[in-house]
Amino acid sequence: MNNDKVIQVESLTKMFGDFIAVNDITFDVNKGEIFGFLGANGAGKTTAMKMLIGISKPTFGKAHVAGFDVFTDAENIKKNIGYMSQKFALYDDLTVKENITFFGGIYGLSRKRIKEKANTLIEELGLGNVANQLVGSLPLGWKQKLSFSVSLIHDPKIVFLDEPTGGVDPITRRQFWELIYKAANQGTTIFVTTHYMDEAEYCDRVSIMVNGKIEALDTPKKLKEQFKAANMNDVFLKLARG
Amino acid sequence: MSISVSNISKSYKDVKALQNISFEVNEGELFGLIGPDGAGKTTLFRILTTLLFADEGSATVADYNVVADYKKIRNNVGYMPGKFSLYQDLTVEENLSFFATIFGTTIEENYDLIKEIYLQIEPFKNRRAGKLSGGMKQKLALCCALIHKPKVLFLDEPTTGVDPVSRKEFWEMLKRLQQKGITILVSTPYMDEAELCDRIALLQDGKILEIDTPQAIINHYPKPIFNVGANNMYQLINSLNDYEYNHSVYPFGEFVHYTDNRSDFDPKTLKDYLESKNLTDVVIEKTVATIEDTFMELAKPSFSKTSEHNVK
Amino acid sequence: MKRFKGFIKKEFYHIFRDKRSLFILFGMPIAQILLFGFAITNEINNVDIAILDHSKDATTNEIINKIAASEYFSIKQMVTREADIASVFQKGQVKAVLNFEKDFSKNLIKDHKATIQIITDATDPNTANTISNYVSAILQQYQKELNKDITIAYQIVPATRMVYNPELKSVYMFVPGVMTIILMLVSAMMTSISITREKELGTMEILLVSPLKPFQVIIGKVFPYIFLSIINAIVIVMLSIFIFNMPVQGSLVLLALESILFIISALALGILISTISATQQTAMMISLMGLMLPVILLSGFIFPISSMPFPLQIISNIIPAKWFIIIIKGIMLKGVGLEYIWKETLILMGMTVFFIALSVKKYKIRLE
Repeated sequence: MNNDKVIQVESLTKMFGDFIAVNDITFDVNKGEIFGFLGANGAGKTTAMKMLIGISKPTFGKAHVAGFDVFTDAENIKKNIGYMSQKFALYDDLTVKENITFFGGIYGLSRKRIKEKANTLIEELGLGNVANQLVGSLPLGWKQKLSFSVSLIHDPKIVFLDEPTGGVDPITRRQFWELIYKAANQGTTIFVTTHYMDEAEYCDRVSIMVNGKIEALDTPKKLKEQFKAANMNDVFLKLARG
Repeated sequence: MSISVSNISKSYKDVKALQNISFEVNEGELFGLIGPDGAGKTTLFRILTTLLFADEGSATVADYNVVADYKKIRNNVGYMPGKFSLYQDLTVEENLSFFATIFGTTIEENYDLIKEIYLQIEPFKNRRAGKLSGGMKQKLALCCALIHKPKVLFLDEPTTGVDPVSRKEFWEMLKRLQQKGITILVSTPYMDEAELCDRIALLQDGKILEIDTPQAIINHYPKPIFNVGANNMYQLINSLNDYEYNHSVYPFGEFVHYTDNRSDFDPKTLKDYLESKNLTDVVIEKTVATIEDTFMELAKPSFSKTSEHNVK
Repeated sequence: MKRFKGFIKKEFYHIFRDKRSLFILFGMPIAQILLFGFAITNEINNVDIAILDHSKDATTNEIINKIAASEYFSIKQMVTREADIASVFQKGQVKAVLNFEKDFSKNLIKDHKATIQIITDATDPNTANTISNYVSAILQQYQKELNKDITIAYQIVPATRMVYNPELKSVYMFVPGVMTIILMLVSAMMTSISITREKELGTMEILLVSPLKPFQVIIGKVFPYIFLSIINAIVIVMLSIFIFNMPVQGSLVLLALESILFIISALALGILISTISATQQTAMMISLMGLMLPVILLSGFIFPISSMPFPLQIISNIIPAKWFIIIIKGIMLKGVGLEYIWKETLILMGMTVFFIALSVKKYKIRLE
């Protein structure tokens, strides 16, 4: 197995009865890469992502995530990935520190390690003044940044981000992406879905799903050339509208 | 005047949701409220649709006062709250005919108004609303808000969580509705949608940053703005952030939008600086500002107060 | 009127498409009645007892025969010595021992009084209590027969007379209580949940912005539940008549009217709950804790109000269910007419008006 490829997917398919939600998708993601996973509502993004993070069994095909088989080794996958979604992020009724401690705890970090992590994390995000405040009282943008950092607490090989920046103001959105760049630069692979097409351009490579299939996969630059489009939004529209 | 808002303020406990908001929307105008979550968009919508009282200030919708004539307003406006408020356990057709009935009308009576939109979801008319995709829910919710032929249409974040294709179709629909004489007030967190409105108000932390046509707002951008690109995005951002003369550094697609705080800025000096930081393929070219640039420029002062930090 | 019809049609769609609420609506009443009727019963059947007869005369013989003949007891063994009683209990063979004093007959004729000791295994106090009540009832029956042609009454043991439910059928006690609980549950909980669901979904915002008047929304929401509650009440009464052979002594029309009154008061409570809760979950918690518990514990359904501590007796007065239980017990078991329960009816009516007024006042035409 190639060590540089942290996600390897081959002919992965998921069917619900007669309905083919994910239809024979094949792709690789390299170590330290920011991989954008785009698609219209109902194109099968979420289903595909669920298979990769080991919470849904594929109907057939092959997939290795962080070196583990999604069919047989889902538990090991979960230990080696981080996950953050817009819907579930942090506990609003716990403080910043308590959230960090809790998530460090469920990934089996030692108490000393959690403490170190919590301190660096709070310091890096500039949350020193609010470390003992309830997360629910923080602005949305701060929560999302904190939530991303918490998803990295156990130094996962890959972190999956499901529409992480929905509704966040443009400045915070950019700060969020700076965090993503930083993590990628340190060798963490980023797998991200988004509805903001300008964010798609921040990715190293982008795949676009239409009706369960990956219809395009390349760097944003090459995709734009291929589809003779000015930006990713036009690429997306051309593809999805056929 | 279709909507007139003067000096509206509203607080929840110690949070100021709206601070001294004033603006006017002309008849038949497509007016956009642009701002992130928590900017106060929904609060403003609720005040204008008579669901909330403002603490201060006054407002009229279709020339009716939102406090005194609330019953008249309720007969004359269509409202589509965030998150597509539909009955999940009713079918597409049942939802539509229910909303028609409570407004004292029928689907047939105003069918021509919704026809174009409804035809797209008609194949699924016996499907329950809970089983529809985001784009279809959005279209159904719009039909429901239009079924009684309102004079003013309030759409609170109608495109949030919807993919770009459905978003584009949705805006095309709004343009056509506007041609039928309906005034539309729409809110969105997507800055790129701002350009599709006749006029927009940029909203942040309960305050209006600016009101104008999208073009005028872009023209108002105070500084020359540059696209900067290099071989490594992350190092590029860090280097620019460390650059002592930077005024703003924001990633934008494959480039970084950069403004300088010197009036006699020479891109050459920046290029030299970046190359001294071991960056290659450095590109610096002049570009035009977008609504988002303006928004960030205007939001910056209030922003630096709450979050002085930046990633190092 | 068309708007109203459309609204009600929509409500019925909600109810019939939600399997869970359908189950609560129709499964619960049947399950509860059957549970209370069969399983959680205070009745006793063929309880094993032992007898220690120090007299062995005609009277004790007759009494023993009577007890043996009843379906409630079966005589497991005869004990001969006082000292054996303890061991019989310890072996767990019997639940009770009847101890006839010496010269029972003689005493009865001479002093017009004889004693019988009922020793019960009080590890299960309810059963013990029931057993002693049943024995007393049988003795009383026997006394009555004895006293028929005698001027000075023979007295065996003092015991309270069981009235209105001479067979001590506990299902008779439970039907009114279960009916109260069901009506409360369906009316108050289901309406409060269905109103808060609209708040959660955001559809309430659209309804408020529509030209529908607030009372139209409320009536539209509660009307289907009035209808369903009435069906429920009918199902319960039918079950009790045909499965448990429980007679309804009084007027069915009066029973129906009183039930509707109670249903309306419960609905008003449901609306009141929905005005103070933002989510379905809160509405459900408040309904369960705030309504169900008091109905079960303080209404006199399970625990007699007269035996409660004084403060609780006072509190029980503000629980509508208490009055409703008195009313329907009166109608179903005693067969009384309005002339005997007008006071309770009036109290219930007052409460209903109060709740309706309060909920209309609290119901907001705007959001908070």
